[in-house]
Amino acid sequence: MLHPPLRPFFSLQRLVEPTPPDKPLARATILLGILAAAALALLLRGLWLQVLDKDFLQSRGDARSVRTVAIPAHRGMITDRFGEPLAVSAPVDSVWANPQELMKAEARFPELANLLGMPLATLKKLVMDHKEKEFMYLIRRIQPELAEAIKNLELPGVSLQRDYRRFYPDGEVTGQLLGFTDVDDVGQEGLERSFDKQLRGVPGAHRVIKDLFGRTVDIIERVSEPHPGSTIRLSIDRRLQYLAYRAVQDQVEKYKAKAGTAVVLDTQTGEVLAMVNVPSFNPNAPGRDPALGRNRAVTDTFEPGSTMKVFTVTAAFESGRYKPDTPIDTRPGTYRVGNKTITDVHPCGLIDVARVVQKSSNVGASKIALSLPAEKLWSVFSRVGFGSLTGGGFPGEVPGRLLPYSKWKQIDQAVISYGYSISVSLLQLVRAYATLGDGSVRPVTFLAQDHPIPGTPIIDKHIASQLRDIMELVVGPGGTAPQARVSGYRVGGKTGTARKAGSHGVYLEHTYLSLFVGMVPMTNPRLVMGIMIDSPSQGAYYGGVVAGPAFSAVMGEGLRLLDIAPDDLASLGQQVVSLHEAPEN
Amino acid sequence: MARQFSNNTPWFHWQGERGENHHFLARLLHLDGQLLLGLCLLAGVGLVVLYSAGGQDMDLVLRQLVHLILGFSAMGLFAQIPPQRFERITPWVYVLGVLLLCVVLFKGDIGKGARRWLDLGVVRFQPSEIMKVAMPMTIAWLLASNPLPPRPWRLLLAAVMILLPVALIAKQPDLGTALLVSSSGIFALFLGGISWWLIGTLTTILMVFAPVAWHFLHDYQRARVMMFLNPESDPLGAGYHIIQSKIAIGSGGVYGKGLFNGTQAHLDFIPERSTDFIFAVFAEEFGLIGECFLMTLYLSIIARGLYLAAQAQGTFARLLAGSITLTFFVYVFVNLGMVSGLLPVVGVPLPLISYGGTSLVTLMAAFGILMSISTHRTQNGSG
Repeated sequence: MLHPPLRPFFSLQRLVEPTPPDKPLARATILLGILAAAALALLLRGLWLQVLDKDFLQSRGDARSVRTVAIPAHRGMITDRFGEPLAVSAPVDSVWANPQELMKAEARFPELANLLGMPLATLKKLVMDHKEKEFMYLIRRIQPELAEAIKNLELPGVSLQRDYRRFYPDGEVTGQLLGFTDVDDVGQEGLERSFDKQLRGVPGAHRVIKDLFGRTVDIIERVSEPHPGSTIRLSIDRRLQYLAYRAVQDQVEKYKAKAGTAVVLDTQTGEVLAMVNVPSFNPNAPGRDPALGRNRAVTDTFEPGSTMKVFTVTAAFESGRYKPDTPIDTRPGTYRVGNKTITDVHPCGLIDVARVVQKSSNVGASKIALSLPAEKLWSVFSRVGFGSLTGGGFPGEVPGRLLPYSKWKQIDQAVISYGYSISVSLLQLVRAYATLGDGSVRPVTFLAQDHPIPGTPIIDKHIASQLRDIMELVVGPGGTAPQARVSGYRVGGKTGTARKAGSHGVYLEHTYLSLFVGMVPMTNPRLVMGIMIDSPSQGAYYGGVVAGPAFSAVMGEGLRLLDIAPDDLASLGQQVVSLHEAPEN
Repeated sequence: MARQFSNNTPWFHWQGERGENHHFLARLLHLDGQLLLGLCLLAGVGLVVLYSAGGQDMDLVLRQLVHLILGFSAMGLFAQIPPQRFERITPWVYVLGVLLLCVVLFKGDIGKGARRWLDLGVVRFQPSEIMKVAMPMTIAWLLASNPLPPRPWRLLLAAVMILLPVALIAKQPDLGTALLVSSSGIFALFLGGISWWLIGTLTTILMVFAPVAWHFLHDYQRARVMMFLNPESDPLGAGYHIIQSKIAIGSGGVYGKGLFNGTQAHLDFIPERSTDFIFAVFAEEFGLIGECFLMTLYLSIIARGLYLAAQAQGTFARLLAGSITLTFFVYVFVNLGMVSGLLPVVGVPLPLISYGGTSLVTLMAAFGILMSISTHRTQNGSG
């Protein structure tokens, strides 16, 4: 076979017809030139975008897809003094949406509504109401499993947000004391609010990649770690808190009272060991009654009634003109001051100062008060803390009302001696009694203290000790509160039965506050407990009868739990004996 | 072995005697090995990019694979038909095409705001696709059936024959296809030897009438041109496509972010990312290096096409082959230019990479014609 001469690899001019007015080679060259120029233009464009403009365009790309998102910090735990959890945060998920994106998937609303557990119409309305917005919560704080199911629907614009939900293991028992947090995990009431700063952590942040629909696709890096809030160890003893709650609840039910509250203080440290309110609310359940949110022990004031007599007598001893056995004539059971008449419930006759307290004589207390300079009385009341805040820092705490003595009229000076014309909170009252433990006043604290707090001496120790002896008489034979006794321990206290004032300053008929404040053990006082039962409506209303048993119930178990040594073994023996004798009676 | 080459040409050879192709693909199947290799490589790359751009949706890839099989079948089919037969049927194809375009104008289905589709009961297709092949055939036929260089009145006729279907297509509206169809006709004219003087005059007229044409454009088309000139003027509206795709391309850098790692693409920031704007996905993931590779692939196919055109026997075949190849180049250039912000947004897919069946089948049919031209040769055919 003949080999024809080889042609050049590519004869350019053959691309163009041989008969154009110009030379085909020139035309083909120009054509290829144009192609090359176009290809070069594309290449240069690529160089420009991908090399020269790369950083700018990459940053623009990141601006579209990279977002910094806050990582919620774990709210600190609240524990009792032994580290038992009282409030803990558990992770939950909130589902949010970009309504503008979500509306595109309207066809799938039924599935979503089903998972959200709301009627389709409600969901549609919810989304329509937010259609101008780019952010809305669909549902907040749901179980992670349900949130996952919603996420798996893969609806446009729907995202999850990790939140923490607060759980209160003790529910009602710590209701008003701890308060609660709002949906953003910020303390709203109670100790959650007082210690919000410490409990709240510092949210961290991470950079994430989000797609066009705002869904987080990937986490690139942590910008800052979330710092969980600190744990707050309260002074509360969970066991005492339970005992107090149960005891107050029992008394409120038994006497069909409107409400009840109790406070237990440690006299040596000023720590609040228990603080309960009945009725209470369950902070774990949604939809609580705001009226129940009040911690009455600190936010409500009342006229303390006969519980004030102890401090009237304190002033009397301080004046040096009275001793426990100084006789006071309370006959005939009434005493006229100006145009008002002060009466005793039971006429007491000629008694001594100690009996004025033990029998709770209004006439006796008034006579003592009027014999003293007003300044002296006011000074004692003020020193033990009436009219000022306790230092516990509880939200909504009120200082009560103690008028300056210069404004007292004679009748004011008389009635203030047995607890009218003055208003106090239960916490103030209990703290005032605590000062009689060793004659020193201490700020109230809700935080656990590991060592005794020295306190500021305000009352002579000897006088304090004399008053404690008188307080023991109250629960002793012939006193007003034998129901408050605790077997094995020497107990002291004072009852109060105050008439409640109505909204116009007029005392209401048959409406009382039943009070008891007690101290134990009297040889070396450790605990003071105050109980207030509001408006008992059945059976009885005397403080010793209605409130006294709550003291006995709480301390009877509480002292053993706290491992406080009994200081009255004799009474134990008596009880044993009486138990043995009982069948024979 | 049956395969016996006269001059020991290697299996993968550039040239035989007189440029004939001696490969068995050429002799038995009328296929051009090199062109086929280039097209297959491109299709392979296309499937990979599509897998990534479509969010790793295998269904999408399988559907595109079906399109590819249809396309390659069309190519094989057309390659079997000798160019002489194409030449004979050309006028009828042209007339049929124009008629169908008229039908579509009145009775076509509307999709995405344009009336482009014709429903024949069995299949839906775009008559404008016929025109993509018919146009270069027609102009080549017109020029080949008469002595060259063409007389002015014949040029006028050619101009009318180009403008009529282009006007119909532009009316649909489908600016991208109109551009491709008109350029395929113009390329045939250019290769046929239209004088520079005339080219100059026509270009001038076009420039003068551009403002008039502006008047006839649809609002969205005007918006596209405005956006091309200044995309940042409306970043959330009409300029969105261009800005997003530029960002994606730029983010790729020299080496790219790697397959499946393109954030802009996978986070739905790129519109039309598996069709017209698929190059943005490719560029983000493979970078400048990938672009160079892709360009090389395209250019080698174009080079081979031009080579085959230069080897073609007869005026009709030569003009047709040249026009097909150059139109392919326009395809690539317009798409890449559009996606990289060099040209206004015109709906032209990236050949063999973009998802879609219709334009793929037409394109492959055109390549089939090209192969037919290169493999149906007569021993004493004139050059």
